[in-house]
Amino acid sequence: MHDAAVITGAHEEHHAEHPSGLKRWLFTTNHKDIGTMYLVFALAMFFVGGSMILVNRAELWEPGLQLVDPQVFNMLTTMHALVMIFGVLMPAAVGFANWMIPMMVGAPDMALPRMNNLSFWLLPFAFVLLLGTMLMPGGGPAGGWTMYPPLMLQTGAALPFVIFAVHIMGVSSVLGAINIIATILNMRAPGMTFMKLPLFVWTWLITAFLLIATMPVLAGAVTMLLTDKYFGTSFFNAAGGGDPILFQHVFWFFGHPEVYVLILPAFGIVSQILPAFSRKPLFGYTSMVYATAAIAFLSFFVWAHHMFTVGMPLAGELFFMYATMSIAVPTGVKVFNWMATMWRGSLSFETPMLFAVSFVLLFTIGGLSGLMLAITAVDFQYHDTYFVVAHFHYVLVTGTLFGLMGGAYFWLPKWTGHMYDERLGQLHFWLSVISVNVLFFPQHFLGLAGMPRRIPDYATQFTEFNQISTIGGMVFGASQLIFLYVVYKCIRGGARADDRVWEGATGLEWTLSSPPPYHSFTSAPEVR
Amino acid sequence: MKRTCTRYAFGSVVPLFAWSFLATQAARADYQLNLPRGVTETSQAVYDLHQLMLIICTVIGLIVFGVMFWAMFHHRKSRGAVPASFTHSARAEILWTAIPILILVGMAIPGTAVLIDMEDSSAADMTVKVTGYQWKWRYDYLDEGFGYFSVLDEASNRARQLNSGEDPSTVPNYLLEVDKPLVLPVGKKIKILTTASDVIHAWWVPALGWKRDAVPGFVRESWTRIKEPGIYRGQCAELCGRDHGFMPVVVHALPEPEYQAWVAEAKAEAADTPDVSREYSMAELMATGKEVYNKLCVACHQANGQGLPGAFPALAGNPLALGSLDEHVRVVMFGKAGTAMAAFGEQLNDVEMAAVVTYERNAWGNDKQRATGVASMLAPAEVQAYRDAGAP
Ligand code: HEC
Ligand SMILES: [Cu+2]
Repeated sequence: MHDAAVITGAHEEHHAEHPSGLKRWLFTTNHKDIGTMYLVFALAMFFVGGSMILVNRAELWEPGLQLVDPQVFNMLTTMHALVMIFGVLMPAAVGFANWMIPMMVGAPDMALPRMNNLSFWLLPFAFVLLLGTMLMPGGGPAGGWTMYPPLMLQTGAALPFVIFAVHIMGVSSVLGAINIIATILNMRAPGMTFMKLPLFVWTWLITAFLLIATMPVLAGAVTMLLTDKYFGTSFFNAAGGGDPILFQHVFWFFGHPEVYVLILPAFGIVSQILPAFSRKPLFGYTSMVYATAAIAFLSFFVWAHHMFTVGMPLAGELFFMYATMSIAVPTGVKVFNWMATMWRGSLSFETPMLFAVSFVLLFTIGGLSGLMLAITAVDFQYHDTYFVVAHFHYVLVTGTLFGLMGGAYFWLPKWTGHMYDERLGQLHFWLSVISVNVLFFPQHFLGLAGMPRRIPDYATQFTEFNQISTIGGMVFGASQLIFLYVVYKCIRGGARADDRVWEGATGLEWTLSSPPPYHSFTSAPEVR
Repeated sequence: MKRTCTRYAFGSVVPLFAWSFLATQAARADYQLNLPRGVTETSQAVYDLHQLMLIICTVIGLIVFGVMFWAMFHHRKSRGAVPASFTHSARAEILWTAIPILILVGMAIPGTAVLIDMEDSSAADMTVKVTGYQWKWRYDYLDEGFGYFSVLDEASNRARQLNSGEDPSTVPNYLLEVDKPLVLPVGKKIKILTTASDVIHAWWVPALGWKRDAVPGFVRESWTRIKEPGIYRGQCAELCGRDHGFMPVVVHALPEPEYQAWVAEAKAEAADTPDVSREYSMAELMATGKEVYNKLCVACHQANGQGLPGAFPALAGNPLALGSLDEHVRVVMFGKAGTAMAAFGEQLNDVEMAAVVTYERNAWGNDKQRATGVASMLAPAEVQAYRDAGAP
């Protein structure tokens, strides 16, 4: 704690006067400003990535090609995934971490404020590079976000730009993760022991370790693509003694922990919201912490379930099947604990709670279809079909995204000092939850009936479910404009929010004023 | 709040019920909603496993939904619920760790048994090699010594062009039909080797119960034993570039005698190589060349020879097509390493090779742009010399 205090002292002196205008945002080292920038960036990218896929959903309205060339379709699919994962879900989670972790552990700011500024400002550059490739001759990357060679190596001039963009995003994530770990380990208020940390802080601590362990692996994989393309290596080329499947192993060694990077912070947010609106403490705090750690640990041993069909030895297939199934146990513990938290509480259903409850319910659907996918023999049918598309959108949209939405409604009054418009919030929720199911549930049927993923056109028997799905997609997309308006309106004004905001809210962040002071806790709070 | 809860039920419970409906309607399961039962013992076993998982998962899902909705209804503040203060319960936590473990073991046992059987491709009666190309399949009957390409059928191909003006619903088996299907006998254990020539593809026929990736440079083994004669359709399942959605798989399963008759016919056809020693007229080569081009090259270089800027070069007015014959032939025969331009030497016989090169040199006004003295056509008799010379 001693060191941290010294660092903070210097930081405060430096920021005696607050610069305003553009300079404030460019040079800020304040965790709230940076958190806001992350969240705004994520929100902007959400609409970019969303529009891309709506073009594709429109193309999939009926058989035949009406709107886009197949290559453009593939490019939009690829970009949609890259933008949503690296530009929306991850930055949004980091935005929440920036805003909330210092306030939750009783610190004035993040441990490494200048690095914090850098890790944010790297992102816009990465995304200018990435999105800019769409304007290049030959178009942007179209080999899928998984970037499998040899297909990815057929990308034209865009390839090095995409790879460099991935490198920058990786650096940004790792710096962010280091900062979060440093903050949690060093900046806790006296008495804030590990087993008193709010669950959101715990999930982020574990997530940050996952990021540090896996982002460099991704960087390595894409660098090998780069050298294969331009420097004559043959990592992934059989003719030169390499193996294209090597890439998949390396990629998914990153990719599987990555899906937990995406979901764990949302687990944390939901674990904050449910107790608040149940007016009852989180059930099984200790087992929640251990379950999160167990999930993160196991996530390093299941990567090959993404590639059951490549033709692994039987022993390998069995190992990855059993390992994958075992993740269901700690995940189940989390779901049951959330249920028990609500059980015999005193529930009320403001917008954050609605999102949190639907997170638990719909994430469960995604989790259960994941369990089905874990069974190798049946995965030989499910793999690379719309069944998989449905599965991971239940996990990432009604899971992660709903968690983040809930978190935004939960903390917006704290951040802005104003209550958001509850009626509009409810409208946003109901439109979203209905349309998202109309969008993704039929995709289970499409997959089982035999529709492969990533195709721009399909056989006529798939028409009905595709149309239902497209309608759901359009409504879901449009509904998010309500969210945009709610946020805008809440920033501009509204009923004053008091410090605690929610009747059942507990934790240090609620002891600060709404909005909180520029440097959250200038003197360490008392933690009982 | 009450109204809210009812609407909630519509938002999330309906899909779950739809799903459980599926499970209970197993007997009526059809291709539209559920996995097909398929026509092999494997696919039946996979189907049963899927059905088991679906039922277990639906039951778990219903329990979770039931408890949550019970709590949401009965433990609402608006109904005057007073919060309890319990924070944990060792017994409950042990229970909901242990029970899932038992359920998982119950799933893993049949899952393992089916998988072990699927991976045992020994003692096969015959072997077919399946090779994925951008964007077609090649089938080689290794025991019989012949093979052929299988591409999307003409009618689908016309209708699937951007704004083709043709209605796909009038095309029979739109996107699921090929010119030449894979023909297999029923009742035989058939080993299927998958590989690819350019990028990774995946060979998938749902009725057989599995898919397997086709990886360039490597050969994977799978097997099937089809029980009933019939036509079974599937698609490439691994993203393989622009026309990934347009390389269907069609299997014709025939009773043994009919299969044998088909083999005899196909072998005779394969042995019937065209005579390269005779003279071919320009018109003849142009006609064959156009056919070959529209089958093999059109996906990238386009019917009008304009290619797609940045991805596939235009051949109309292309310096190679207007210049030296040697280089032109070599590109087509040996491809360009590291690009989407594949080596077509092995796919084309001498006449087809000569024809497609000739076609490219004279179509789209190339004949008018060419400088005098530059060769306008390649004679089939000359092709062998290029083959012998090998890759540059
Ligand atoms: C999968 C897409 C694809 C298919 C199918 C394809 N090509 Fe190509 N072709 C390319 C690409 C890409 C290049 C450019 C290679 C490079 O970068 O030099 C190319 C280059 C060429 C060139 C050299 C042009 C130049 O400017 O260097 C010729 C000639 C050619 N192709 C002929 C054919 C013929 C004949 C066929 C059919 C038998 C065919 N191509 C099928 C993708 C394709
Ligand atoms: Cu393919």
